[in-house]
Amino acid sequence: MKEMTYSEAIRLAMTEEMRKDENIFIIGEDIGIYGGTFGVTKGMIDEFGEERIKDAPISEAAIVGAAAGAAVTGMRPIVELPFLDFITIGMDALVNQAAKMRYMFGGNEKVPMVVRLPGGSGTGAAAQHSQNLEAWFCHVPGLKVVAPSTPNDAKGLLKSSIRDDNPVVFIESKLLYNTTGMVEEDPEFTIPLGKADIKLEGSDISLITYGRMLKKALIVAKELAKENIYIEVIDLRTLAPLDKDTIIQSVKKTGRAIIVHEAVKTGGFGGEIVATIAESDAFDFLKAPIIRIAGVDIPIPHNKELEKAAVPSEKDIKAGIYRLLNK
Amino acid sequence: MKFEDYNPLEEKVFKIMDKKGKIINTDDMPNFTNDQLLYLYRTMLLSRTMDEKQLSYQRQGRMLTYAPNIGQEATQIGSAYALEKEDWIVPSFRELGAWLIHGVPLKNIFLYWYGNEWGSHMPEDVKVLPVSVPISTQLQHATGIGMANNIKKENNVVLTYTGDGGTSGGEFHEALNFAGVFKAPTIFVIQNNQYAISVPRIEQTASKTLAQKAIAYGIPGIQVDGNDIFAMYVATKEAADRARRGEGPTLIEAITYRLAAHTTSDDPTKYREDAEVEEWKTRDPILRFKTYLENKGILTKEWDEKMKKEVENEITSTFEEIEGKADTKIEEIFMYHYETMPPILEEQLKEYKDFLEGGKNNDK
Ligand SMILES: Cc1ncc(C[n+]2csc(CCOP(=O)(O)OP(=O)(O)O)c2C)c(N)n1
Repeated sequence: MKEMTYSEAIRLAMTEEMRKDENIFIIGEDIGIYGGTFGVTKGMIDEFGEERIKDAPISEAAIVGAAAGAAVTGMRPIVELPFLDFITIGMDALVNQAAKMRYMFGGNEKVPMVVRLPGGSGTGAAAQHSQNLEAWFCHVPGLKVVAPSTPNDAKGLLKSSIRDDNPVVFIESKLLYNTTGMVEEDPEFTIPLGKADIKLEGSDISLITYGRMLKKALIVAKELAKENIYIEVIDLRTLAPLDKDTIIQSVKKTGRAIIVHEAVKTGGFGGEIVATIAESDAFDFLKAPIIRIAGVDIPIPHNKELEKAAVPSEKDIKAGIYRLLNK
Repeated sequence: MKFEDYNPLEEKVFKIMDKKGKIINTDDMPNFTNDQLLYLYRTMLLSRTMDEKQLSYQRQGRMLTYAPNIGQEATQIGSAYALEKEDWIVPSFRELGAWLIHGVPLKNIFLYWYGNEWGSHMPEDVKVLPVSVPISTQLQHATGIGMANNIKKENNVVLTYTGDGGTSGGEFHEALNFAGVFKAPTIFVIQNNQYAISVPRIEQTASKTLAQKAIAYGIPGIQVDGNDIFAMYVATKEAADRARRGEGPTLIEAITYRLAAHTTSDDPTKYREDAEVEEWKTRDPILRFKTYLENKGILTKEWDEKMKKEVENEITSTFEEIEGKADTKIEEIFMYHYETMPPILEEQLKEYKDFLEGGKNNDK
């Protein structure tokens, strides 16, 4: 294990896979000498050259569409968009095409591509630069959706995503890029898609989260342990396919569930988790209604203080937990 | 001037003043009064100084990320000066000069970059859309406003901007095609400042010029020296006159250069040579215009000094007026997000207020 940042872990995952498999190339905006909007591909052009680190014109529809086309021929493209928000422009290529190609070919074709999207708020970059749209992708059959929260998960999950034969939407949280953690160095280390990870065991409440909110959840859980409230923190890691088992088993044990995500509440992925619990036999174990702590239903404000206020804080999570415990 | 005389396939660039401030095309030289000329010069200074100030405020942590316009003043001010007050401007995100000349108050501009959405709350008579982050998508709105003008039989025109990188987006092509089909009175100005962040113009398209893209959509396209304020004015004026006569849209490629960084988060030394920047500095649009004015005896040293001071004071005092006092409340966003607040937001606002008042005050 070696200490590195989330962003270095992602770069390492791509580098290792590209050394092994000539069919992998990266396409995106300013990813060459510039090293990517957030510096993730820094230096990669020196090792792999322009053929495999492709700076593209500002054409998200063409970037995602061309990647899908190349993927059908057996290439394994990795797309990097500067901001998740701009996937809106590549949405036809992703939703109507990439996600459905395999099905429309009667299962006869593979579409092995990864679309890496830096998402989320917290950079003071306002409404069109800060969104969390993961629920959109989860609603599309044919896509896999991954949202890692630690450097090690990012590395292991990205490697699995690259090796996966389906289109994978890989959501990176911009605010995590500079966070550090211990990362497996073994080039054969991967983390399977579709497996949640219990980041902290507990007996009183199941807190289900993913991405950037994990950190806040863990801080709150550690604080509350001092008050003898023991929270089990589940990091979903993959949203589609969803690891229902881990969620259900945990809720059966604790009898209480709280879901935390940064994306706005209405239509957010939290609703899917609530439904998963409500439809399962964990329902009979519930001692309180399930609670969602999520972003408020407004665009992300430009102002830094308001931006923070629009998404869950540690205080919000704590308040939710007290509510769940009637305290 | 006639657009037909400047075939973009032949790379014929429309110019009036050379880089030394000499008039090389007297036929097309506009008839400005001295007051007009000084007003244009002052607006250029205002734009430049404002950029410099905002860059330094940002460095001091007093402003958010900022996209400067340094080097592109003639493109923006020359083109927008050809509009009437009732005409529309649909900006991208790098159009300070156009905003200033079309009457956007300094205070709004500061508010916007300070992170306050009220910055885009324009005075009633200022027809300017908010900044658009998704590259080139705003061009569609410009076409739509033009179409609406046609339907309403209004004689207004629309001036919209994108960068050279913006011409790669499908939206650019769809907007031009639509405008051509519906004869929208819309003027599309490409600010070809040679770079889209790190990607040089030649890697953006295999076309020789950007103006030639107009040919495919059956509308006029012309390359103009974007650092020549007279040429930019005249070309845009001609496009506006055509539009008002019902002859539809025009595409103008303004050839200019971004002398500063892409934004405050950029480091241009990663992708371009100093020598190139230095060469373009000799074509600085303000320097060129100033030389012209001095040679004509219109601008004196004293006037210049006086104006520089005036402009600086205006900027500093406006910033002082808003700094620290411009924070919006989250309630306001709940209130104005829909025409009337839907129940879900009422609920969330109440939860939020209860939470704040519940003693567990937040230091989020
Ligand atoms: C749809 C979309 N894709 C990518 C970006 C990221 N981005 C912001 S500015 C920029 C370059 C724009 O270049 P250009 O159009 O030439 O305008 P300039 O910045 O030079 O004024 C890019 C790629 C964006 N804002 N929107």
